[in-house]
Amino acid sequence: MEDFADKGLQVVVGLAIFAAIIGLIMLVVDRAPKSGREKLQVAGFLAPALILLAVGLVFPALQTSYISFTNRNGEFVGLDNFVWMFTQPEALVTLRNTLIWVVLVPLLASSIGLAYAVFIDRARGEKALKALVFMPMAISFVGAGVIWRFVYAYKGAEQNQIGLLNQILVWLGQEPKQFLLDAPENTFFLIAVMIWIQTGFAMVVLSAAIKGIPTEIVEAARLDGASAWQQFRNVTIPTIRGSLIVVITTITIGTLKVFDIVRTMTAGQYETSVVANEMYTQAFRAGEPGRGAALALVLFLMVLPVVVYNARLLRKQKEIR
Amino acid sequence: MQKRVKQRLTSRRATAAAIIIAVIWTVPTFGLLVSSFRPEDNIKGNGWWNVLTDRQFTLENYADVLSPGGSQSPNLLSYFVNSLAIVIPGTVFTLVLGAMAAYMFAWGRFRGKDSLFIFVFALQIVPLQMALIPLLQLFTKVLKFGDFQVLPSGTYAQLWVAHTIFGLPLAIFLLHNFIAEIPGEVIEAARVDGAGHSTIFWRIIIPLATPALASFGIFQFLWLWNDLLVALVFSGGGADVAPITQRLAEIQGSRGGEWQRLTAGAFVSIIVPLAVFFGLQRYFVRGLLAGGLKG
Amino acid sequence: MAKTRSRKLVLPAAALSVSLLALAGCGSGGSDSAGGSENADCAAYESYGTFEDAEVSVYSTIVDVEAERLEATWADFSECTGIEVAYEGSKEFETQIGVRAQGGTAPDLAIFPQPGLLATQAGFLKPAPQEVSDLVDEGWSEDWKAYGTVDGTFYAAPMLASIKGYIWYVPATFEEKGWEVPTTWDEMMELTEKIASEEEDIKPWCAGFESGEATGWPGTDWVEDAVLRENGPEVYDQWVTHEIPFNDPQIVKSFDRVGDILKNDDYVNGGFGDSRSILSTPFSEAGQPVLDGQCAMHHQASFQASNWPEGTNVAEDGDVWAFMTPPVDPAAGTAVTGGGEFIGAYTDRPEVQALQAFMASADFANIRVALGGNISANKGLDPEVATSDLDRQSIELLQDPNTVFRFDASDLMPGAVGSNSFWSGIVNWINGSSTEEVTQTVEDSWPAS
Repeated sequence: MEDFADKGLQVVVGLAIFAAIIGLIMLVVDRAPKSGREKLQVAGFLAPALILLAVGLVFPALQTSYISFTNRNGEFVGLDNFVWMFTQPEALVTLRNTLIWVVLVPLLASSIGLAYAVFIDRARGEKALKALVFMPMAISFVGAGVIWRFVYAYKGAEQNQIGLLNQILVWLGQEPKQFLLDAPENTFFLIAVMIWIQTGFAMVVLSAAIKGIPTEIVEAARLDGASAWQQFRNVTIPTIRGSLIVVITTITIGTLKVFDIVRTMTAGQYETSVVANEMYTQAFRAGEPGRGAALALVLFLMVLPVVVYNARLLRKQKEIR
Repeated sequence: MQKRVKQRLTSRRATAAAIIIAVIWTVPTFGLLVSSFRPEDNIKGNGWWNVLTDRQFTLENYADVLSPGGSQSPNLLSYFVNSLAIVIPGTVFTLVLGAMAAYMFAWGRFRGKDSLFIFVFALQIVPLQMALIPLLQLFTKVLKFGDFQVLPSGTYAQLWVAHTIFGLPLAIFLLHNFIAEIPGEVIEAARVDGAGHSTIFWRIIIPLATPALASFGIFQFLWLWNDLLVALVFSGGGADVAPITQRLAEIQGSRGGEWQRLTAGAFVSIIVPLAVFFGLQRYFVRGLLAGGLKG
Repeated sequence: MAKTRSRKLVLPAAALSVSLLALAGCGSGGSDSAGGSENADCAAYESYGTFEDAEVSVYSTIVDVEAERLEATWADFSECTGIEVAYEGSKEFETQIGVRAQGGTAPDLAIFPQPGLLATQAGFLKPAPQEVSDLVDEGWSEDWKAYGTVDGTFYAAPMLASIKGYIWYVPATFEEKGWEVPTTWDEMMELTEKIASEEEDIKPWCAGFESGEATGWPGTDWVEDAVLRENGPEVYDQWVTHEIPFNDPQIVKSFDRVGDILKNDDYVNGGFGDSRSILSTPFSEAGQPVLDGQCAMHHQASFQASNWPEGTNVAEDGDVWAFMTPPVDPAAGTAVTGGGEFIGAYTDRPEVQALQAFMASADFANIRVALGGNISANKGLDPEVATSDLDRQSIELLQDPNTVFRFDASDLMPGAVGSNSFWSGIVNWINGSSTEEVTQTVEDSWPAS
């Protein structure tokens, strides 16, 4: 029991120290002299986050960029790692797969999540229905890996099937199939798992956005005699556009970084590897930090379009204001 | 304001579609739930849908997971407490710092604001695998005075800071989008009354942004609860600090393949996230982002 | 800081054997292995000195039941010397040890399952103290000491070992069907063909290579066994050190020898499906069809003994037994492959060195082996303390001067090959790629030194 008391104490002390730091910042920005007050206040609010980001993400990112031009022994080798990436078939496969992932997952997860949110809006038992689709989010990737093993598992035709999909195939009179072994379709079976997880996120956020649509607008559309589809197209979508973009952006970035699913389900074998998984394998298992870093850099470049798009959007919003 | 219209926008077909989605989304997890109550031989021998014909149930898998192991594991409860002790501060820190930064990016006045914001947003893509070692070096070699580590190893502190760092870019991005939607008149009025940033932030922004904070808080909570990678690096493993995910990964057995334990373990670790979801559902009424106060 | 403990422990000398028995008792069933046993005889531990408030952290891949047994092994040591051992086991060890060493949170001692991994950590490790070095000279052959040596510096003492290349079978079935245990590779192939053609519902072989990130490794054991038996230890060593390319014709031939079995749908995979189902079958479950009568033989190391369901009697006249993968040329004598663990130190505090020395001693090997489920190549290990016939047989095999022993090749190769491309090569090979293609890919991935 004293063990738990000790842990509780750690948490309380941690929270107290944090509160003290924040309190101190607020005190300082409030007492600031009139001249340069705005500057100091801005700095006080931004400093904690920016300092943390600088040491925890910016510095490692710079270091990674440097490492990507070195070999295993830390010698500078120029573009060798990038040459390896764009010439080795295994590396090219990971690039191809990542592109497939990044197109399919955000698209499907967002649309299914949106459709579901619209379908169950104000339905009876909405909370329970939401919880069912949200549940995969609450399961760790390791758990998800186990769950889907029981879906994809293969046994020979003469054995009892333990995988649900193969059992369905057998009931339909088909031969059982090795879902995770046959490239390229195995990548799609892994993508299904990611969609299964991310749909919950999209659904929760978009459902909240839908609930935020003012009733008057909906009413007006209904009185105009718009059909359900027209209402959806002309009222719902434009109103929640902002949320939709945020959801797609977030899922896109999450998908680019996808690693756990591939690692727990196929470990990147059978041509299913993606950039983030290959990066981990190269840097930590094969003892090739340079190659791992080069892959990380490519990941960064892949997300650039998303960043640029959001940047332009931000500018547009500023003009409206 | 008209009274809320009960009539649904959608038809029977939509309801049917929703139910189909719900079923597809639930079946895999349901299969695992059934499996977790089946004896090991059955799990490995035939599919879980066979429970209809062969009704053998056991609590063995749960007993296996929950029973005290060697001296390493007083019991799962200890790891459970660790998970909570890691996740709660980790979520609070991320939310507060994220909201402060998001507020300034939305309403502060300084040069280079948008560029800096985009830069922070772009940091989401730094794979954390690449940041683990530099951060660990920072904690153990840089942040110390003599023998005193500012963030001592073997406590939760390193995990809190690491999780906060990795969570901030997304937190700032999402919360900014919401806070920027708050009508400018409200903030302007407060400014005219001579309120400083800290007053506006705590008195106006935080109450108005509660739905967004709650929604993001839930997701951050889930991500931290299910994290294994960060825990492996910063926790040092023992029952003092390690979260439940780490413990579950261990009890699979040295030679892997102890599926039956995993089935039970997955459900033991899912209880808290689900409870949090149900507990905070009412905060979802207003969205994470759009249309907060518009119209 | 080491200080002499004021507390004196005076205990009857006869307690050693008693405590051994007590330990053996708690290893086989109870999970109550925490803390020292009540009546430890500290005479045996005097040489390690006594400490106050000393703690040594140990990190390894060993988890679960085996971790409990390991902890039980140093219970008395802790009791008598006052050194607390903080143990952490993780299946992520292979990647995490590198992260922690670079990050400055390395454990005091790490137990490396592969010499190849040990070699990558040499920059962080402390050379082993003289005492440990002497113990290893005394207890192990030169080969074993060499595995713990990097660039001429000796770092890590061997700990436990396993013998690979056992082929598991059910003696009763063999008797009933009139099958003979093969004594040469050719006889084994004849038996395989016989079973495949005569038996309706028994396939000759079952195999499973699924092991998460390490999927494919059981296949490397197969290939290594064939290489050693077909080409002899010299070629095997050249293969490991890359004096001959990975796709040397001799190696390709051995690959094909294994492929004749594993890539033939008529020969595998009893109880699971076709040849490719090897890849989706967890290696820990792959032997089960042997007991269920769906397959006749299963190739796996000595630790397969702990993968059988509880209550399975592993004995020559029991439920399941094993013969060693037979030689290609009977005149060449016995050659076996095996694996082992090595204890390297990241710090050199006296208490760390004391524990390191204890773990390199014959006493440690005897206590640990008596708890069951493991063996050691230590010459001072008494085969009689082994808890099963198979372990006893394995120990005798290891201690027999006529045995040609070779360490698991993939564990010795550089990480880029041994724990990456060789594994995935096996996977692609079983999944349909040709031997030439696979060996070429592995060869291409060999790091230019």
